[in-house]
Amino acid sequence: MIKDIIKQVEELEKRMEDMAKTVEDLRANAPMIAQLDQERNTLLRECSDLSAADHVYLARHPKRPHIQDFIENLFTDFFEQKGDHLYKDDAAIYGGIARYKGMPVTVLGHRKGRNMEENLACNFGMPCPEGYRKALRLMEQAEKFQRPIITFIDTPGAYPGLEAEEHGQGEAIAQNLAAMSGFHVPIISIITGEGNSGGALAIGVANKILMLENAVFSVLSPEGFASILWKDASRHEEACDIMKLTAKDLRKAKVADHLIPEPLGGAQEDPERMYASLDIVLEKTLQELCALRPDELVEQRQEKYRNI
Amino acid sequence: MLTPIQKIYDIYHDLEHQEKARRDISAGKLGIPSAFVTCRSCSRRSMRHRWEENLFVCPECGKYSPMGSYYRLKILMDDGHYEELDHEMSAGDPLDFPGYKEKIEAQEKKTGLREAVISAVGPIGGIKTVVILLDSRFFMGSMSRAVGEKVTRGIEYADRHKLPLIIFSASGGARMQEGIYSLMQMAKTTAAIHNFAKHGGFYISFLMHPTTGGVTASFATLGDITLAEPGALIGFAGPRVIEQTIGKKLPEGFQHAEYLEKQGFVDKIVERKDMRNTLIDLLKLHQKNNQATA
Repeated sequence: MIKDIIKQVEELEKRMEDMAKTVEDLRANAPMIAQLDQERNTLLRECSDLSAADHVYLARHPKRPHIQDFIENLFTDFFEQKGDHLYKDDAAIYGGIARYKGMPVTVLGHRKGRNMEENLACNFGMPCPEGYRKALRLMEQAEKFQRPIITFIDTPGAYPGLEAEEHGQGEAIAQNLAAMSGFHVPIISIITGEGNSGGALAIGVANKILMLENAVFSVLSPEGFASILWKDASRHEEACDIMKLTAKDLRKAKVADHLIPEPLGGAQEDPERMYASLDIVLEKTLQELCALRPDELVEQRQEKYRNI
Repeated sequence: MLTPIQKIYDIYHDLEHQEKARRDISAGKLGIPSAFVTCRSCSRRSMRHRWEENLFVCPECGKYSPMGSYYRLKILMDDGHYEELDHEMSAGDPLDFPGYKEKIEAQEKKTGLREAVISAVGPIGGIKTVVILLDSRFFMGSMSRAVGEKVTRGIEYADRHKLPLIIFSASGGARMQEGIYSLMQMAKTTAAIHNFAKHGGFYISFLMHPTTGGVTASFATLGDITLAEPGALIGFAGPRVIEQTIGKKLPEGFQHAEYLEKQGFVDKIVERKDMRNTLIDLLKLHQKNNQATA
């Protein structure tokens, strides 16, 4: 299991950090650190040939780059927009206007938060209807001002809570799906972590779907899937194997258009490299889509889903 | 598990399959249907003909029981006339899911349906209309690739022929056995609704018990008019999942049609006996050649 390898890697990283607290420490411990680094690399090389459950583990890794990291590292001039302007601001959806390679774009996505405090504020990336309506507000503006839309998907699903239901969770998702199918601007969705259920799709009706190598995309979380089918959530690893939820599976099913390779051991091991490899594909994909006429964009997007 | 009587009743209340039921009964494959029907809610027995007169609403307690899709078409369309669309479509098995094919076969046998949806075109109050009906008796009306495709084709048919559209929804949500393919049907069907709406098409969404998950979060909540049957459970997440999430019991009547009407998501709750007339009224109000009369 990759879980154990990553745990060992993290222990090594911790030891290396402890040995390099000051410049003097670093100098004194240099040979030892080099040795540990080598051990770390050897371990990471074992992280190939992953099972579906391994991918799910990595997709949910708490240190995995999140939407804020991607925006900070790939975009400039980010201006955050808050709220659905109807009821409240749902922190589980994060977004605004930014420049990508100088071009104004609307960028938004699920936000899980980077520590426990943020996790709670963002409801672990599970949006309420207000979050989806905020996303819709931002996307409608993108349509108005002819900005491409780039969405980052990473969610356990839409929040199954009492208020979320009362405020029309299903209706909010449906409105997004319908609106996204008709926008005349390029839409690119990047699945960076886990993309579960309608809660993921609600910001994922795109011309092109890019998937990070260890990201997963499925009708429901493996736990929910096992619980519905076998009334036993603990059989989630078994569910992973039959759900066909890995980036490779989705590429085969023609849901994902591009698979973005990740550093050994997952994006969290070398985020800079992750940003760089995503950047290359994102730029190319955006250029291709910008060459299409507005009506061609609608047609291409609808065609993609019509054929699945 | 269904009792044999309930099973017969299930088959029997699709008129289409009465013939088959009769044949099976005379061939000794099924027992003779009882003259009585037992309500699954109050457990009281009533004469079968009273159930039928009452449109499968329990004469004793008023509880709605599912009405076969063919039966509903029969009482909805003028003189029971309609033409079925895409009748031949049946479920596939895109994930090669263990045991799924056998399950589908069992569902086909149980209900006489090929999938959880039928679509038809025909006159209602003289107005040619496309009607799509999800059937909760087949795999809980769950959205498979074939269901999504058939619904989409029905919407596209209405769009092409400039006809009004009525969708009766009843669904447990996504068909788990078809994984991501099931999820993608949400995008496909909503795109079809979006195009239909853009071209000025009139769509009535009629929500039946239960309408949940991926169907709620796609075409079912996008009607120009949203109607619901009394007592229907309507929501995105199921009540059990919500209770587990919030760690509390849900209030009485939560997610029921009446609750949703109060929350502002349903235009009107329509009893079965008023269904046809209500729909005719609405269709007439949306006729393109409506003219002011003095």
